[in-house]
Amino acid sequence: MTTTQIRVRTRKPWTPGQIVLTLIGVAVSAVFVAPIAAALLTSFKSEAEAAAIPPHWLPEVWTAQAWKGLWETGNITNWFVNSLVVSVCVTSVVLAVSALAGYGFARTEFRGKSVLMGIVMGGLMISPAVLGVPLFTTVQQMGMVDTYWGMILPQCAPAAMVYILYKFFQGIPRELEEAAFIDGAGRWRVFFTIVVPLARPSLAAVGIFTFIASWNNFLWPYMVTNNPDLMTMPNGIATVMNSYGIQWAQLMAGGLMAGLPLIVVFVFFQRQIVAGVAHTGLAGQ
Amino acid sequence: MTTSAHMTTGAHTALAPARARTASATATVRRKQGFQHGGWFVAPFLALFALFVIWPLLRGVYLSFTDANISGDGASFVGLDNYREALNDSAMWDALGHSAYFTLLVVPCITVLAFLLAMLAHNIERGKWLWRLCFFVPFLLPSTVAANMFQWLFTQGIGLINETFGLTTPWLTDKSYAMLAIVIETLWWTVGFSFLLYLAALQGIPDHLYEAAKLDGANAWHRMVHITLPMLRNITGLVITLQILASLQLFDQAVVMMDFSPGPELSTRSFVQYTLEQGFTSYRVGYASAMSIIFFVIIAVVALARMWLLRNREEGGR
Repeated sequence: MTTTQIRVRTRKPWTPGQIVLTLIGVAVSAVFVAPIAAALLTSFKSEAEAAAIPPHWLPEVWTAQAWKGLWETGNITNWFVNSLVVSVCVTSVVLAVSALAGYGFARTEFRGKSVLMGIVMGGLMISPAVLGVPLFTTVQQMGMVDTYWGMILPQCAPAAMVYILYKFFQGIPRELEEAAFIDGAGRWRVFFTIVVPLARPSLAAVGIFTFIASWNNFLWPYMVTNNPDLMTMPNGIATVMNSYGIQWAQLMAGGLMAGLPLIVVFVFFQRQIVAGVAHTGLAGQ
Repeated sequence: MTTSAHMTTGAHTALAPARARTASATATVRRKQGFQHGGWFVAPFLALFALFVIWPLLRGVYLSFTDANISGDGASFVGLDNYREALNDSAMWDALGHSAYFTLLVVPCITVLAFLLAMLAHNIERGKWLWRLCFFVPFLLPSTVAANMFQWLFTQGIGLINETFGLTTPWLTDKSYAMLAIVIETLWWTVGFSFLLYLAALQGIPDHLYEAAKLDGANAWHRMVHITLPMLRNITGLVITLQILASLQLFDQAVVMMDFSPGPELSTRSFVQYTLEQGFTSYRVGYASAMSIIFFVIIAVVALARMWLLRNREEGGR
């Protein structure tokens, strides 16, 4: 939808209406970008200047001190790797299990299916924010506090993703599969050679959304890790960097380092991500 | 659930009515073989789901009837005491009030703002990708990073917001402004998501509706009131529901902007924050679990209300 409309659009004359709208657009965009720009500019100030009263937008003296300091404290590289490991693992597991489950619920029969589906839908209402304490004691009982497993596995059962893929698989014509069954293909073979390729856009949407959510997740990693070496970016920046007297320039540099990877990815894969977010959301309509 | 399953089956028969009939005899046999044993498909997910969703929920229910502490041993059964205490705990009601107040402020603002941004981006003919990028980019930041940025922008003296607008407002240290600061940060940070949903919905409205209306002499205002707004009704319901559910779970931005404190005069302590304080600072796992269960019920009521509204509309509307 989005893509075709962009392609089709050709140069149009500047009508007064368009000029006014574009000016409004520029003004609003400036408001949205300003905080990020301010953070970027501040990350090139010295700590003294970053906490100066009154503040100013542009650094008087440009310095990469904050960025250097960030690397020298050492933890940030750990956090970056941890974030990457956790997000990649969560995304892979979520894609695998929710594709299988979505298909299973949409297209196979087994005893108790509708009851189970109902229970999974109930799971839409549960998150670490809602059930934090009992979830923590459960993970503690399993001995997974302060481990990668403890951070990853509880993020791997998102009912919402199963629901999205379930809805998608329901829309695939059954004839496609039946023809393959008659030719003697097994259930698994049909799944991998027919269903998965058809579902690629939906899977991409689920994958992108899961990655963003997991990379940015704060609450659960915050609850389950105390060891600074095991923290993810959002968690490390919020807790460790905030704890001994805030160094604003360094904090902004750290924050940008946590945020920039997704922003860069977004710039390159904008079309897919927009379609993905819209698709994930619209499935809930 | 039932309706969507029903609709899909309907569409499928309409697609290939003739073929389905002739092939049905063989298909039934094959289907019996092929479509059975689906249990293996759902098993991996269900295992994770049982361990990390269902079991904690049941455990939470169990713990809420005990005086368990964080170490988990030596808990004894206390019946409904935790629930009784929670319902008489004015700090819990305050925290719930803060979360509700935040939700009440954020949800209408975000819905209207997302709609206006989408209308703007949809109607500007040039540089669509640029507007999308600008409005959506804050959503890509981790909650804590966005919160840190605004914490710094709002700090009295060194903050650029007061400086730019010539104010001296004590945003983060006065209880009449603290929640407002969190609301402003949240609008900036999350409106992009709802904006994209609206934008996708706007692009899904068929052009011929507008063209037909134009031929009938409807002006821009009429087209918006009689075509755009009705066509966006479903998505508005979705945006509002998702926002209510997300806003009630306020935690990240509030704690980070307030330096992990409950805010000036406890004014920004959210329900989630209070629950976690009880569990992890006071080590009262039993009590915290009771509050979690209460919270779960509140969330469930909101979600079920949405489902009920949807069902009513489907039965009445079409």
